[in-house]
Amino acid sequence: MSKGNDSISKTLTVVISLCLVCAIIVAGSAVALRPQQEENKALDKQKNILLAADLLPAGATAAEIKQRYKNLITAKVVNLETGEYVDSINADTFDQRASAKEPSTSITLTQEQDVASIKRRSNNAVVYLAKNEQGEFLSYVLPVHGYGLWSTMYAFVAVKPDANTIINLNYYEQGETPGLGAEIENPKWKAIWVGKKIYNDQGEMSIEIVKGEAPKGTEHKIDGLSGATLTSNGVQFTFDFWLGELGFKKYLETQRQGA
Amino acid sequence: MAKSSEAQKVLFGPIFANNPIALQVLGICSALAVTSKMETTIVMCIALTFVTAFSSLFISIIRNHIPSSVRIIVQMTIIASLVILVDQLLKAYAYDIAKQLSVFVGLIITNCIVMGRAEAYAMKSPPFMSFLDGIGNGLGYSVVLITVGVIRELFGSGSLFGVEILPLVSNGGWYQPMGLLLMPPSAFFIIGLFIWVLRTFRKEQVEK
Repeated sequence: MSKGNDSISKTLTVVISLCLVCAIIVAGSAVALRPQQEENKALDKQKNILLAADLLPAGATAAEIKQRYKNLITAKVVNLETGEYVDSINADTFDQRASAKEPSTSITLTQEQDVASIKRRSNNAVVYLAKNEQGEFLSYVLPVHGYGLWSTMYAFVAVKPDANTIINLNYYEQGETPGLGAEIENPKWKAIWVGKKIYNDQGEMSIEIVKGEAPKGTEHKIDGLSGATLTSNGVQFTFDFWLGELGFKKYLETQRQGA
Repeated sequence: MAKSSEAQKVLFGPIFANNPIALQVLGICSALAVTSKMETTIVMCIALTFVTAFSSLFISIIRNHIPSSVRIIVQMTIIASLVILVDQLLKAYAYDIAKQLSVFVGLIITNCIVMGRAEAYAMKSPPFMSFLDGIGNGLGYSVVLITVGVIRELFGSGSLFGVEILPLVSNGGWYQPMGLLLMPPSAFFIIGLFIWVLRTFRKEQVEK
């Protein structure tokens, strides 16, 4: 290495030109690949909504997913305070996560309210209405999220038109312990949720995750995940919150009365 | 002929004789995090090999122009750019896996192997040899990661690449999975055993 390399001008030249080249490569790749990435993200979401609504045949291609989503799912924005639809907001472009961060469109949750540890809640939420090929209304697909042991866990809950019976629960984004907490993605565990009722006769949120095996034939009790007490609690709190007063309860009540 | 045997040594040496994880104990951080499943393990190996090889190549190309006072920063800039490139590519073309790997692709930047090879080899050697050295070290890393990944996924989840090999009790089979293997610390034990076995056969690696 020659001594000339350590002069100030040489150092600056090398560093600046290197930064320029690297910046161009990084920026170029980010810009060139963005459309593809956005598409993946959108596709992933559509896939999970269809999965939650039980409308996704196994091994569907990307084009099929898009087609089915377009034909069978309608997204709508709901005001969580009133339980009414907000037609002025385009549900396809509405970003609930961004909305929850924006002070003007969300509320800060107090410690008692914030059972799911999500800190802020967007005033508006998206619901997805699923119908079958004959146009018959099948289910409400509701996005929920809450903190587990390590991570915020995101899921879609599909509810029958009676606005009470669960069709499916689909956790699609979580960072829980593989093999223990991450078993919330296990189809066998998800199957337990099918047919459970969210609300009891008094209209209270009654889903309860119990330790070990839930007694057979109960309408509200779910088996806890063994070795994943904190994740199970996280799921419980997610339901307490999102299907309670601050979540979709009002909306589902409105729908029940309307139906 | 001398040249090609030298190249062979540089390429294959790091796999067993001078393995970056087993002998130099570099870069084990990510080895703990991503090896609970084979799919993520393999993608991580490919990503790391790619980054090590190309960062060594580029650093070696400009090695005679790097001012020694800022050489670490220059190396980091090159490595970081390549890692971001890999991350972007994964997000665009292997979205599911990129989602699972999450931050660990980004953490290749701080992987000691990449930096270590840049500083120890690429700064002094011609581009082609540095490139081979990068691939060799990436392969050395991969051998250890894949070994760990096979053990962890097979005995921890009863499957390989997500395909069930040992039917689990929870799915009506007979195999009771070892929960410990799914936790990051188990990789420590497996790497420890790997080093033990390797040094039993290659006595010269035993530290005095």
